[in-house]
Amino acid sequence: MAESIRVEHAAHHDDHHGHHEMSFLEKYVFPLDHKMIAMQYMFTGMFMALIGGFFAYAFRWQIAFPGTEAPFWGQVSPADYNSLVTNHGSIMIFWVAMPVLIAAFGNYLIPLMIGADDMVFPKLNRLSYQIFLLSALIILASFFVEGGAFGGAWTAYPPLSTKAEYSLTPLGSTMWITAVALEFVAFLLGGINFITTAMNSRAPGMKMWDIPMVVWMIVIASILFMLSVGPLLAGGIMMLFDQNLGTAFFDPDRGGDPILWQHLFWFFGHPEVYVVLLPAVGIVAEIITVFARKKLFGYKTVLYTAIGTGVLSFTVWAHHQFIAGIDPRMANVFTVTTLLISVPIAEMMFVYIATLYGGSITLSTPMLWALSFIFEFLIGGITGIFLGASGNDIYMHDTYFVLAHFHYTFYPIAIIGTYAGFTFWFPKMFGRMMNDKLGKLHFWLTIIPFNTIFLPLFVLGAAGHHRRIFDYRNFPELSYPWMWDLQALATYSLIVMLLAQVIFFYNVITSWISGPVAPKNPWNSNTLEWTATSPPPHGNWPEGLPTVYRGPYEYSHPDRKSSDYWPQNEPA
Amino acid sequence: MILDSLLPSASTYAADINQLFDVITLLVGIPFLVASFLFFSFIFRFKAKGGQKAMYITGTEHQYMKWIHRAHVPILVFDVIIVVMAVNVWYRVKQDLPEASSTVRVIAQQWAWSFVHPGPDNVLDTADDITTVNELHVAANTLYHYKLESLDVLHNFSVPVFRLKQDAIPGRIITGWFEPTMTGTFDIQCAEICGIGHGLMPAKIVIESSEQHAAWVEQNSPFAVAALAAN
Ligand code: HEM
Ligand SMILES: [Cu+2]
Ligand SMILES: [Cu+2]
Repeated sequence: MAESIRVEHAAHHDDHHGHHEMSFLEKYVFPLDHKMIAMQYMFTGMFMALIGGFFAYAFRWQIAFPGTEAPFWGQVSPADYNSLVTNHGSIMIFWVAMPVLIAAFGNYLIPLMIGADDMVFPKLNRLSYQIFLLSALIILASFFVEGGAFGGAWTAYPPLSTKAEYSLTPLGSTMWITAVALEFVAFLLGGINFITTAMNSRAPGMKMWDIPMVVWMIVIASILFMLSVGPLLAGGIMMLFDQNLGTAFFDPDRGGDPILWQHLFWFFGHPEVYVVLLPAVGIVAEIITVFARKKLFGYKTVLYTAIGTGVLSFTVWAHHQFIAGIDPRMANVFTVTTLLISVPIAEMMFVYIATLYGGSITLSTPMLWALSFIFEFLIGGITGIFLGASGNDIYMHDTYFVLAHFHYTFYPIAIIGTYAGFTFWFPKMFGRMMNDKLGKLHFWLTIIPFNTIFLPLFVLGAAGHHRRIFDYRNFPELSYPWMWDLQALATYSLIVMLLAQVIFFYNVITSWISGPVAPKNPWNSNTLEWTATSPPPHGNWPEGLPTVYRGPYEYSHPDRKSSDYWPQNEPA
Repeated sequence: MILDSLLPSASTYAADINQLFDVITLLVGIPFLVASFLFFSFIFRFKAKGGQKAMYITGTEHQYMKWIHRAHVPILVFDVIIVVMAVNVWYRVKQDLPEASSTVRVIAQQWAWSFVHPGPDNVLDTADDITTVNELHVAANTLYHYKLESLDVLHNFSVPVFRLKQDAIPGRIITGWFEPTMTGTFDIQCAEICGIGHGLMPAKIVIESSEQHAAWVEQNSPFAVAALAAN
């Protein structure tokens, strides 16, 4: 079976490698090459991140300095505020974390790391990006329609999201759910490709346990996504019908149930956090092993904890709904499952820390990002326990504590993980080295403000600040001077952090144009992508696909005297 | 310790939640500190030194793996303690419904709160009920049931000083309880996004001594108000 797919796939490729004179459109706009599609996803995701970041700036300004005009935005009205918050969250998760971590890194790395010339279904791959792009355009366009963009939070609870007389955004609501549903379709197509390619197109000799961790993680994440998204896609269609065709799936006045949506949403929503977590965890595994010159501590342990977390993640969704009016006895079950998940997650963190033990650590820019991922994510993980404990969540729910918790998980994943991977594979992607000094400056000017944004928000949350409040001056208990100071600290930090991203883009552009030319394997790494030229040509290894002789993490092996690494493709 | 240094604790179960928060802080704080200590000390201790090769550890050796396994024991024990305490607090606040001496109706809508107090006869849904907007009056040291409703979208009845929060759902009446332990005026917030006015529906809970509260009920009952108007 595997063989026959491989053969067909190779034949198909010969055919399109034949046309060496590809037009500009074929190469950059409608490409079939997995690396070009990866770049499309990467840069679309980064562009969306800038938009999402700008939204955060606008609403954070209003929170800290209510009633004053935000430079470059103006007065933030309550309607603006809600649509900014809603679309910030939606964009960061669906149009930044997903495309960058799953689609961009998945597309770029899977074929290169398993020694294949491309994805199994290149046309499906191209279609996936096109649908994704359409969904991104729809969400952006929703800001310019009558009534403005949807403002009912990224969780879109009905009836607010289904009835225009409540949301006041008749078109915005529909465009939001349409865009989200299309985005899901795009990633379903992508997921099929990732799983099939990783299972069928591996280089000769690459056994299950020789697959690099990041490939495993993206495959597991794709499986989790595909298993969890079905119910929500159905829910999304029910929502579209409720909005536009007068059905009443979620309408309590006509026999529907608004809580049903919450179950569908979170049955997807919680696994989704692991869908984006796992690729980031995989990226970190590749980087810490290279820059600590160490074998990954317990390859199978990492894999099993990832699978364990993935399976458990389907059983915890109602911890988002403890006080939403579900049967109160259910909270007990979900408290137990939620706290159980801390066991595999803690194990995963221990294993990563143990990988550093006995290493020979170089603090390059990618390594700094990877290490900071571990530390910051640890904070995200432990604060989840506060919220998973039902009795405590009665108080913490929907406060800034929750907000700080999930930013300490999502930020490491979506931002730190992306920068880690991007700076690590930049030489391969663009054939040039990045400037390490600028890279480190960018690192510190991002990571310090990140902490000074969100640490204060834990305190405010514990003091009772609720989320999604447009103007805290209406609440005397939330308006003590020290609270305003912390809010201002968070907002100023955000501004510093956003400005620091200029350094990153400056570094990318100047390095791309005139950085030192990258060798094939600048980090002395073992995995297969480093045996292709930098950047790899269409087809990756025109001279013939590599053969694999060993696992990906044989660093500092005692039998290997000549160097401290042992490429996967080097005959014994 | 932590929560009550940040805001008052004004209900009988506030102290339980304060304590739960402290215990969780301690039980997650210890593993966090140990893990961070190991993490940073490994980074400093194993910085690359010229010519020195890293160790070759596969992570399957018993001598190393046992540390990972041992670490699970405290984590599991801590998890069990947290679960037991959390479930206890949850049971007390949300699952149990102790006998009440009075009942109030709380009605949320875009974007205001209405409160129906039972009036001098202390029975809800009778002619002497007192309805107020954005101001709930209760007596200290009295156990109340609340009946929570919404007229339009989801809202959430949140009284931070009570450590109480409950979603209001259109089409349902949700019953819960609280017992104030001190007098004073505190914020009621809406804690579920409910449209553009979500941040603009602040309300107050006024907790009075039982004498003061009785006087307030007397003065504001529809009969008293009508009599006053007739004079
Ligand atoms: C040990 C791991 C974790 C535990 C125990 C945990 C627990 C929780 C709980 C109980 C909540 C609900 C709080 C509330 O709404 O009152 C929550 C919220 C959230 N968590 Fe986690 N979590 C963990 C890891 C993660 C990870 C890895 C991510 C992201 C990748 C994440 C993202 C979120 C998000 C986005 C929310 C808020 C959703 C919203 O209301 O908008 N969590 N977490
Ligand atoms: Cu969750
Ligand atoms: Cu509200």
